[in-house]
Parts: sequence; structure tokens; C-alpha cells
Amino acid sequence: MGPQEFAYLLQGLAWTLVLTAMGFVGGIAFGVIVALMRVSSVTWIRLIAIGWIGLFQGTPLLMQLFVAYFGLPLLGFNLPAWAAVGIALTAHASAFLGDIWRGAIQAVPRGQTEAAMALGLHTRSLMIDVIMPQAFKLSLPATVGFLVQLLKGTSLAAIVGFIELTRAGSIVSNQIYRPLLVFGVVGAMYFAMCWPLSLWGRNIERRMSAGVSR
Amino acid sequence: MTHPNETKTAQPMVMMRDVEKYYGTFHALKNINLTVAKGEKIVLCGPSGSGKSTLIRCINALEVSHGGEIVVAGHSLHNDQKAIDAVRRVVGMVFQQFNLFPHKTVLENCILAPMRVRKLSRAEAEATARKYLERVRIGDQADKYPAQLSGGQQQRVAIARALCMEPKAMLFDEPTSALDPEMVKEVLDTMVSLARDGMTMICVTHEMGFARQVADRVIFMADGEIVEENDPENFFRAPKHQRTRAFLGEILAHH
Ligand SMILES: Nc1ncnc2c1ncn2[C@@H]1O[C@H](COP(=O)(O)OP(=O)(O)OP(=O)(O)O)[C@@H](O)[C@H]1O
Ligand SMILES: [Mg+2]
Repeated sequence: MGPQEFAYLLQGLAWTLVLTAMGFVGGIAFGVIVALMRVSSVTWIRLIAIGWIGLFQGTPLLMQLFVAYFGLPLLGFNLPAWAAVGIALTAHASAFLGDIWRGAIQAVPRGQTEAAMALGLHTRSLMIDVIMPQAFKLSLPATVGFLVQLLKGTSLAAIVGFIELTRAGSIVSNQIYRPLLVFGVVGAMYFAMCWPLSLWGRNIERRMSAGVSR
Repeated sequence: MTHPNETKTAQPMVMMRDVEKYYGTFHALKNINLTVAKGEKIVLCGPSGSGKSTLIRCINALEVSHGGEIVVAGHSLHNDQKAIDAVRRVVGMVFQQFNLFPHKTVLENCILAPMRVRKLSRAEAEATARKYLERVRIGDQADKYPAQLSGGQQQRVAIARALCMEPKAMLFDEPTSALDPEMVKEVLDTMVSLARDGMTMICVTHEMGFARQVADRVIFMADGEIVEENDPENFFRAPKHQRTRAFLGEILAHH
């Protein structure tokens, strides 16, 4: 494998990171909304969030990518491939992160809400100042775990023709007929990204269960 | 039409009339009638599950009552959020489990509501917070996190946090029950000094020494009802009801 092929893989790697970042940033922004809707006291708002979460948790990511890539153009949205994939990953991540944070919000002790209400705080300040910072901390291990899943999940974008790391790998492999070497390198690249994240997540989890306050 | 302020001196701080409360089909408060005057100190006691917490939580609308009328500082509850806000603005609460915000320092715990609700500037809120933290003798811990403090210190911070809203009345729900015995006194001393300064207080507690020292009235509850009320002297010397006597016998035997 020459430097040219390696550079091609690195380009694929860059796209994998871009897709992950899109999915994660979009997923965080919309996931917060999904989580808040999911714990709303208004039934119909809650039902929309439950439906959204169920839809994306109950179907394969691959199918979600297909729908975004082939379905959105049929509806008249003409999007470049990266945008379609970005939308699918964002929607996917918003559902998963929304559900993770729903759990974390509900895990904050009831007494926190009561103390905040007794002090006269309204929902907005209650959520922003009291509940969400605590929920965020509680959710960090699961959130990092999902980030790892999402990073690996971007490889599915290869199916709709997107040249991210996995697809770059199969193209290079077809050119130089060294599949073991090429996919070994590709695998090592995924590993180099995911392993530190996993360690970080595990580290946070251990610190939290050890009960160290900060 | 009379302006609410005109009747202020005559107006009780808390008025509960024929209040009922259900949890599903469970009848938690039965025909509660209670009037608390400005500056009055009430101690509420009774066996576990008798409805003490439920009663005081109805006063600041942490629980919704289902019948009768509750008027706090001139605001009639069970109409709208505005009345609830107005009541919470003037009634502070201290919980058994402290319920400090663990991700905020002591000072941040104390300035949050004054800034968000009273709309004080940060500087004003901090000045207020430092004043009340001094007042509960914990001013030197302002920059620590709750987890770094002892239970007694945490509860005093919780009292200071409530005082930072400059309330007219304070509700205490078993403020010393979660504390190690050696820390009970520092919290009770704080409450006694608050009482001396004329605060209206409604305290759920089994600290009978505290009741003797500061209460104007002791109220005994059982099965969701107010069974007996009296001044502390007579309450302890000559309880009228069998249930009160049994309860006092148990409490005093344990102390
Ligand atoms: N959220 C709730 N849902 C259902 N039942 C409840 C709820 N809160 C309280 N109860 C019930 O109402 C009754 C009164 O509860 P409350 O907490 O007011 O008692 P208490 O006198 O404060 O008791 P304790 O001394 O144990 O704190 C209890 O039987 C309790 O089980
Ligand atoms: Mg109670």
C-alpha cells in the first residue's frame, strides 16, 4: 500500500469524523429537545417524543440512511449526499441521546425539584440551573458509549455510496488486492478513535461509582 | 374594595379551612383547620404516615389539596400559578434531606433563587447570601460544595438558602431527622435564633425540647387528622387524647 492509498484512507477517515461530528452535534442539539419533550407534563408533547424515540430505536440505522438518501429527494429536497446522511445521523442520534438524557433527568432525585420549586423557581430555571447539569453528569458514561456506537455506525453510510473510512477501505482494497492489509489498517484507525473514547467513558463511570464528589 | 395591605395586621400568615387531601383513593388529610398568626411558632408532631409532611407541603403548594381553602399571606391557593408563585415568594422551606444543589457551591446555592426569582444582581445576591451564611455561622464555607460539608452544616446552608429569599414564614419538615445526634443541636440552635427574631415557623419535628423552648402551640396529628393542639406546657403535662399519650410515651422513652 503506497502513500497515495494511505492518503485516500485518511481522507475517508476525515469524512468519518465529519459524519460523526455532524451526527453528534446535531444529535446533542435535537436530543436535548427530545429529552425535554419526553419529560414534559403535556401529554401530546410527550407522545411525540415517545414516537420519535420509538421510530429511530425500533428501525435499523441503515434503513434510516436509505430513507434520508433516497426518500428526501423524492419529496423534492435535493440534498448532497453528506447532508442527507447528516440529517439521518442527527435524527438517529437525537432519539438515542434524547432517551439517554430522559433517563438521566428522571434519575435526579425528586428532592431537587421540590427544593427548586419551594424557592419559587420556574420550569426553565429548574431545568437549566438545577436538573440538566446534574443529569448531564449522570448521563456522561452512556453518552460517551453512544458516541462510540455512532462513530462506528457512520460506516453504514458507505452503502449509499458515501466514501467514508470503510468505503475508502473497500475501494483501496479492490485496487491493490490486499484486503487483509487494507482492512487491518482501517480497523486500526477505527480502534484508535473508539478505544480512547471507551476508556474515557469507563473512567468517568468508575469515578462516579466510586462516589468521588468532584 | 380593600387593598390586601390594609388588612395586613389582622390577617393570619396561614389559614387552612376544611382542607382535604387524597393520594388516589387514600385520604391523607381529613378536614384540616389551622390558623397560624404572624410570628407564631407551631410544632407539628405525630406518628409516621399521619400526614405531617403532606400538611406543610400543602402550604407552599408542593402538594395540591382537594377540598377546603388555603390562604397564605393573603394569597388564596388553588387558583392559579400566580398565587402559587406569590406564596412561594414569601414562604421558605427546609427539608429532611437538605436538598442542596450538589453541583453548586454553598454560595451558588444561596444566590440562584434570589437572582432568578427576586431578580437581584449577582452582587446584591452575594451580599445577601453572605449575610445569611454568617447568620447561620457558616460564612467561611461559602466556596465549598455541599458534599464537603457535614450534615449539620448542610442543613444550616439549606436554612440560609431559604432565608436569602427573605421569607415571611418558614416551613421545616423534620430538619434534624437525617442528622447524626451530635449535629442536631447546631441546627436546632439556628432554628431557635430564627424564632427569637420573630420568624413565623411551622416545624414538623419530634424534638420535644425544641417544642418546649419555642413553640406557641404544639399540634398532634394521627391518620390525617389534627387530634389535639395545645400550648407546649399543657400539651406535654396533660395530653387529652389516648393517642397523644401513647405517642408521647413512645417519643419520650426514646429520648
Ligand atoms: N406521593 C404519595 N403518593 C401516595 N401516598 C402518599 C404520597 N405521599 C404520602 N403518601 C401517604 O400519605 C400518608 C401521609 O404521608 P406523610 O408523608 O404526610 O406522613 P408524615 O406524617 O410526614 O410521615 P413521616 O413521619 O414518615 O414523614 C402516608 O400514609 C403516605 O404513605
Ligand atoms: Mg414526613
